[in-house]
Amino acid sequence: MKLSVDRERCCGAGMCALTAPEVFDQDDEDGRVLLRDPQPPHRHHAAAREAAAICPAAAITVIEARET
Amino acid sequence: MQQQPSTPPPTEPTLPAAAPLSEPVTLPTTRPTGCPFDPPAELAQLREEQPLRRMQYPDGHLGWLATGHSVVRSILADSRFSSRYELMHLPLPGGPGELPPAPPGDMSGLDAPEHTRYRRLLMGKFTVRRMRELTARVEEITAEHLDAMERRGGPVDLVTAFAQPVPALMICELLGVPAADRDIFQRHTAAVTDQSTTLEDQMAAYTAIQEIIHGLVLAKRARPTDDLLSDLAQDGGLTDEELAGVGAFLLGAGLDTTANMLALGTFALLSNPDQLAALRSDSGLADQTVEELMRYLTIADTGIRAALEDVELEGQLIKAGETVTVSIQAANRDPKRFPEPDALDVHRKATGHLSFGHGAHQCLGQQLARVEMRVAFPALLTRFPTLRLAVAPEDVPLRTRSNIYGVHRLPVTWDQESGR
Repeated sequence: MKLSVDRERCCGAGMCALTAPEVFDQDDEDGRVLLRDPQPPHRHHAAAREAAAICPAAAITVIEARET
Repeated sequence: MQQQPSTPPPTEPTLPAAAPLSEPVTLPTTRPTGCPFDPPAELAQLREEQPLRRMQYPDGHLGWLATGHSVVRSILADSRFSSRYELMHLPLPGGPGELPPAPPGDMSGLDAPEHTRYRRLLMGKFTVRRMRELTARVEEITAEHLDAMERRGGPVDLVTAFAQPVPALMICELLGVPAADRDIFQRHTAAVTDQSTTLEDQMAAYTAIQEIIHGLVLAKRARPTDDLLSDLAQDGGLTDEELAGVGAFLLGAGLDTTANMLALGTFALLSNPDQLAALRSDSGLADQTVEELMRYLTIADTGIRAALEDVELEGQLIKAGETVTVSIQAANRDPKRFPEPDALDVHRKATGHLSFGHGAHQCLGQQLARVEMRVAFPALLTRFPTLRLAVAPEDVPLRTRSNIYGVHRLPVTWDQESGR
């Protein structure tokens, strides 16, 4: 899994930092998303997917790795 | 929760039981008798038939009503739908027909880039981390109010003894509003969202809040203290008028929202003893109970948007200029999204509810609200293991004429000896 975030779209609601704190954080100054781990380990995949799905600004993109 | 412009008083629904799909409907507003936590029953039928359908507005406008979770979510996320008040037709009768543009600082009635400018100034002040740092202070204020309830003994009105003052003191501290002014603000804020008062009264109450805050802003500019208004006064790049508007907006959003969740949420838990027992027996359920109560109660039940251009959605064409009423409460009870949606289930994962809105306007203060509810509900239930209503459930007065649903009073009592 590869993640990317769009800080221009981000509206700082904090849903990602709440849902997947190991993967996402918020900048203390502007509140916008910080990607802590663009390639999180498997155990955080479900939370990262959920964070992307509920992001109010659709600012998180998930690229799933191909099954081999 | 999202702030919405004032809407006029609801009337009896005029919706026929089975309107043909081609017929426009009106917005159902009457909750079923004896079911204070349920949305109007007609909404479920409309959602099942056609989650996006034509709606007749009281001023003659032919617009839309969205009731399905997926379509409501899409509309709230789509910047082709505007939040500007002056573009909206109101979904309920009795209003003035059109609203003035948002006053300076009222972010909820603006689109990008004006909305973005305000939002970005504030986003860093309401992060998950910053709000969690307030936990100890929320616990302190919560305990003080529970102490006072315990000393006084039941029955007490939970609204005035607990649900209102705890979040009110928190938002006042955060903004830097003197606690002494809290009562005045609370009264005026109630008037702003009360649909049974006239628009003039609502505007007067709003103006009164702004005048007090305007005075505060001038004081913070001269002598900054350690609070949000002072921070914004120092480096926000806002005029006095804009800053006063932002202050009034944040204060209003903090005073009349969590307070209603705490009181109505307690009422809902007391009315669902099995769920209450499950929560009491497993404190690990507290976080998801807060989300489930948010979903189940949806106190900000309705949103309004206006199409800026033609938008095709669900195989239908919404034309530029048409108003769309989004029923958040119908979306949160959509069985396609939440199985058994009409049950309060503290074991449910209710994430994805739309009670804080969705899109660029999603509630800025939601992480503060979560911390407050996460602390206040368990503390109340732990302090009073025998907490119960002091009146019959049907005698609890409901805020049926407010933009934010809730109860006016919640008389509760407990066994004094086992109170603690």
